[in-house]
Amino acid sequence: METIDLTRPDTAFIREVEKESGQTVSKCYQCGNCSAGCPMSFAYDIPVSRMMRLVQAGQKEAVLSAKSLWMCATCETCTQRCPNNIDVAKVMDVCRHMARREGKGGVYAVKTFWDAFMQSVGMNGKVHEIGLMVMYMLRTGRVFTDVDLAPKALPKGKMSILPHRAKGRKEVADILRRFHEGAADEQKVQARLAAAEQAGKQAATQEGGRS
Amino acid sequence: MSAVSLGYYPGCSGLGTSLEYDASTRAVCRALGITLQDIPDWTCCGSTPAHTVDHVLSSALAARNFAQAETAGIDDVITPCPSCLKNLRNALEHMEDDLFRARVDALTERPLTRPHTVKSVLQVLVEDIGLDAIKEKVTRPLTGMKVVPYYGCLMTRPASTMRFDSPEYPMSMDNLLAALGAEVLPFPLKVECCGASFGIPKKEAVTRLSGKLLDLAAGLGAHAVVVACPLCQMNLDLRQEQINAANNTHHALPVPYFTQLVGYALGVPEKELGFDKLIMPLAPAFTAMQEACAKATAVAEKKPAAGKTEATAGGAA
Repeated sequence: METIDLTRPDTAFIREVEKESGQTVSKCYQCGNCSAGCPMSFAYDIPVSRMMRLVQAGQKEAVLSAKSLWMCATCETCTQRCPNNIDVAKVMDVCRHMARREGKGGVYAVKTFWDAFMQSVGMNGKVHEIGLMVMYMLRTGRVFTDVDLAPKALPKGKMSILPHRAKGRKEVADILRRFHEGAADEQKVQARLAAAEQAGKQAATQEGGRS
Repeated sequence: MSAVSLGYYPGCSGLGTSLEYDASTRAVCRALGITLQDIPDWTCCGSTPAHTVDHVLSSALAARNFAQAETAGIDDVITPCPSCLKNLRNALEHMEDDLFRARVDALTERPLTRPHTVKSVLQVLVEDIGLDAIKEKVTRPLTGMKVVPYYGCLMTRPASTMRFDSPEYPMSMDNLLAALGAEVLPFPLKVECCGASFGIPKKEAVTRLSGKLLDLAAGLGAHAVVVACPLCQMNLDLRQEQINAANNTHHALPVPYFTQLVGYALGVPEKELGFDKLIMPLAPAFTAMQEACAKATAVAEKKPAAGKTEATAGGAA
C-alpha cells in the first residue's frame, strides 16, 4: 500500500504553493466536491481532492510527480464548486509551474504539445496550427496524429500551410527570452522597485532642499 | 441603439480553424451597427500552454496586445474566443497588483498607460446590444430549428473572473437563440468540458467527453449544437468522426457558432457567415427547420378544416 509520511511535512513547499497561488490550502476540508465534478478524473493518477490533501501534508515529491498535474484541462469546475472558495485550479496550475521548474518530465505527450505551442508563438507571434502539429509529431514520433483530419480540414481552407506571422514576432520572442533569462524573477523585480522608490525619495529630498 | 466602436482581438484560431467564427462575428457586428477596430499587429494571448508554464509569462503575452491597442487609442476590447478572453482578463486582473505588474513590464518592456476592459462577443450582444434590439432585426427567424446551446468551460468560469451569466447553468445563449425564433432545448451538459486541448496529446479525453455531449444532444433530438468557443467547435465538429469511431456512434450533428445563426437570422448573406467551413454540414438543420415549419403550417390549416368536417358530420347526424 502506498503510504505518506505525515510526520515530516515540507512546510517550505506548502508556503510556496500558498504564496504563488494566493490560496490557503488548509481551508480544504476534503469534501471531495472538486473530484466529483472533475471531467478529467478518469485520466488522473491522483484525484484532485487528494492532490489538495497532499499539498496540505507538504508532500512535495508526490504532488510534483503526479500525472494529474498534466492531465488537468483547466476547466475551472473544481474552483467553481469549492465550498471554501479555494481556487483549486490555480493550486494545480502553480504546482505544474513548480514541477516544470524542478525539471519534472510530466506526461510527455502533453508537455511536448504545450512546448511546441509556445515555440510556435515564439517563432511567429501567433500560433501556426500546422507548424505546431509538425513540431509535435516530429518530437513525439507520433507521425500519424490526426492525419485523418487533414483531408477534412485542408480543403476548407481552415488550416494554412504558411504561418500568419506578426510583425511584432520579435517582441514576442523577446518576452519569452526575458522570461527564461529570469527577468521577471520576483526578487529581482522587487529589488528594482525598491531601488526606484529610493531614487524617487532622494530626488524629492533634493528638490525640497533646493526650494 | 447608437453606433458602438470597439477594439477587436480575433485570436489565432480566427485565422485558421475558426475562420467562420471570425467572419460571422464581423458580419453580425456590422449588421448590428458595432464598428470593430482590430488591435494592430496583435499576437497570441498564450492560451492554455502559457498559463501552465507561468502566470507572469501568460500575462505578458496578453499585455503586449493591450500595449498594441494603446497605439491605436483602443481601451475596450472584445474577443469571440473564451480562452483568449480568460487570458486577457486574467492579465488585467493580476496586473492590479503592483509587483505583478512590474514583473510583467520586465518581460514586455512596454508598461500600459491606460485602463482596459475586455468582453466576449456573446456578452456584448446579450448585455450591451440587448435581445430586444436583436429580435427587432430578425428577418429570417429560425422557427422550427431545435438547438442545444453549448457554452463550454470558460465562457462563464471562473465566475470571479468572467463575471457573466451563471457559472453552472448559463442562459444568455439560450435566450439569444430563442430571440432568433429557434426552439432551444434545455441542455444539462452546457458547461461540461469537451476535452479541451487534449485532442492531440490525449485523444481519449475528447472522444470520451465530447462523445457524451453529442450523445445527449442527439438524444434530445437537437438539429444542431450551437457553440461559442473555437476549441469546443473543433472537438465537436472536426473530430466528430473520430468520436463516432471511438464510441461506435453515428452522429451527424452540425456544430455552428452562435454568431453564424445570429447572422443568418439577421439576413446576412450566407457566404459572409462561413457555413461552408463547417465540417458537418448545416443544411440538414435548415431542412429540419423548414419541415417543422411546413408541418406546423399544415396543422394550423388543417385545424379549422377539421373543425368544419366535424360540424358537418354533426349536422348530418
